Amino acid sequence: MTEIRDVSVTVNGEVRTGRAEPRMLLADFLRDELRLTGTHVGCEHGVCGACTVIIDGEAARSCLMFAIQADGAKINTIEGLATDGEMHALQKLFSEHRALQCGFCTPGVLMTAMDLVHSRDSLTADEIRNGMSAALCRCTGYEGIVNAVTKYANQIHGEGPADG
Amino acid sequence: MKPAPFSHLAPTSVPEAVKMLGEHAPGARVLAGGQSLVPMMNFRLARPTVLVDLNRVADLAYIRDDGDHLAIGAMTRERTIENSDLVRQACPLLHDATLNIAHLPIRTRGTIGGSIANADPAAEYPATMLALDATLVAQSVRGERRIAAAEFFDGVLSTTLEPDEILTEIVVPKPPAGSGAAFVEISRRLGDFALAGVAAQITFDGNTVTDVRLAACGVGAGPVRLTNAEAAIRDNGLTEDALARAASAASAEVDPDGDVHATAAYRRKLAGVMTRRALVKVAERAGVSL
Repeated sequence: MTEIRDVSVTVNGEVRTGRAEPRMLLADFLRDELRLTGTHVGCEHGVCGACTVIIDGEAARSCLMFAIQADGAKINTIEGLATDGEMHALQKLFSEHRALQCGFCTPGVLMTAMDLVHSRDSLTADEIRNGMSAALCRCTGYEGIVNAVTKYANQIHGEGPADG
Repeated sequence: MKPAPFSHLAPTSVPEAVKMLGEHAPGARVLAGGQSLVPMMNFRLARPTVLVDLNRVADLAYIRDDGDHLAIGAMTRERTIENSDLVRQACPLLHDATLNIAHLPIRTRGTIGGSIANADPAAEYPATMLALDATLVAQSVRGERRIAAAEFFDGVLSTTLEPDEILTEIVVPKPPAGSGAAFVEISRRLGDFALAGVAAQITFDGNTVTDVRLAACGVGAGPVRLTNAEAAIRDNGLTEDALARAASAASAEVDPDGDVHATAAYRRKLAGVMTRRALVKVAERAGVSL
């Protein structure tokens, strides 16, 4: 019943292996096994979006997937956004637009925004609001988030096709 | 909370999957996209002893053009359907309904087969299947069974699938030329469960309505075919008067329960409002003046 298995995933470009029994959620695997605690666990039923990560190029809730299902998958988490200590363009915009306060939801908000912007060639203002409604924030009132994501979308889409 | 322990089986083919389910039914559950079952397991509202996980069955993810119908593999992701030009062109109602399902990160994992087999009364796809007169294909070790959508849904989170059967394919007839379609719903927040939603599929000959199918979600124990509302449109065409009659008929023929999100009376009212909005949208898209 509690057979524990090896699970290997490529997280932020690095192959990582951990152990998981079937019921271990991917979110808990990332946090407790791989010690990547940037991914946060909020509601555990897919509503809040705090645990959102990019799995094989598409944003998904890591609380609604078992770790063993991710064996062999490519995963991008918040830890992979900054490079060499330099914040990602989206993170800088979040800072400039005060798009976070307590920061608990921010990892999921950022990964949601990355998928939203990079999976499309263009986005309307409505599409940005609708898309970002996938991630709940209890501090900011969303204006800063929408402004930051809008600026980022303009940077990416204004300079040609999305690169992600 | 966290799920109770279970055994995880990961077949890579349909024959393997139905064999595993046959051996472990009825304590086993089929795991598709997991966007409904995993939350229920996290809250321990569901405690399957065995999960037969279809996510490694590559043969169940496809959208095939079969001439007069589309054949869609049960493990096709909602996000794939949303992005499919074939679906958008051949079956706009299915595309429209998909855009109303939860949020993009949920549609990344959620599957058409999972949504239909889960049969949540508020879900978009079950009502859409009724409006499209779809056929649902089930497989078990005993063979294949084809089930009309009208015979498939059987109350809250319940279908006529046997415990050892897996929903493998969704067969959607392509609406004829001169058709119009719309899916509309209302929820407290975008992406939440619908308080009420209506799928409308109408065929025109010029401005004359030759066929109409309407189905609602969120206003009963399962998807509801709105036959009286359909009759109002079939008898009178898409006129302002007929829309009002159809809306009244829809409100009268649904039997919603109230809950913390909306009272029964409000949901009943919304069934009519959504019916009207869906019909107006169909008329706009088909270029038919009311």
